[in-house]
Amino acid sequence: MSANAKDLSKDLRNPIKRARGLGSAQSGVGHWWTQRVTAVALVALGLWLVVTALGLLHADYATAKATVARPWNALLLIAFVVAAFWHAVLGLQVVIEDYVHTRWKEVVLLVLIKFLAVLGALASVLAVLRIALGA
Amino acid sequence: MADTRRPLSPHLQIYRWQVQMVTSILHRATGIALAAGTLVLVWGLLALAGGADSFAAFKACAGSPLGLLLLFGWTWAFFYHLCNGIRHLVQDTGAGYTIAQFVRSSWLSVIGSIVLTVIVWAYVLTAGGAA
Repeated sequence: MSANAKDLSKDLRNPIKRARGLGSAQSGVGHWWTQRVTAVALVALGLWLVVTALGLLHADYATAKATVARPWNALLLIAFVVAAFWHAVLGLQVVIEDYVHTRWKEVVLLVLIKFLAVLGALASVLAVLRIALGA
Repeated sequence: MADTRRPLSPHLQIYRWQVQMVTSILHRATGIALAAGTLVLVWGLLALAGGADSFAAFKACAGSPLGLLLLFGWTWAFFYHLCNGIRHLVQDTGAGYTIAQFVRSSWLSVIGSIVLTVIVWAYVLTAGGAA
């Protein structure tokens, strides 16, 4: 720190020149807020999913397919999967940032969970649409 | 690597066990478990879209002893993360921050999740056995 202060005293640049680009990334509380909004959505969607899944306990293939194909079920299922993967990425991101201290491993993991989540969400949406639209 | 020149907080085994610390750790652990569990939901949906054969294979895996054990674990993880998540949402409003309230709500999350898990699996078993 003292070395840094010494540098500063000799530096003729305006302090604003040093500060520029080192401030907020402009994303602010976006991560925190999105995590909460998806959490609230998942409280409702999660409970709905558990009840729906319990209703399919002994269902055969045709019944299960018909249940998922019903418009409201298809819609809520897609909403659940998107909210769940979004929420999962935000949560896992914090865990990785907290515990993985080697920078390249941290970055690789952060990108990997995002890829997995997007693939998982897209695959689920595609599967639900195939079932719902009867393709 | 982490910059370890700064002062570090003592490791976990130094602290006296307390329920708030357990709820905090469990929230992360169940969150990680549920992220993996979501992939099983994706598997189930893909199997259902794939046809009767692939869905039968999925049901056989889910109904196997290991499958049931995992589903039971995910049920508890789901209800724990749900109860404790609601607790955190309440705390986000600024409520419940006295130590007594904090301890009480921690126990509420733990006990609530166990009760809900038991209710769900009691229903599964009374509705004619799993899978």
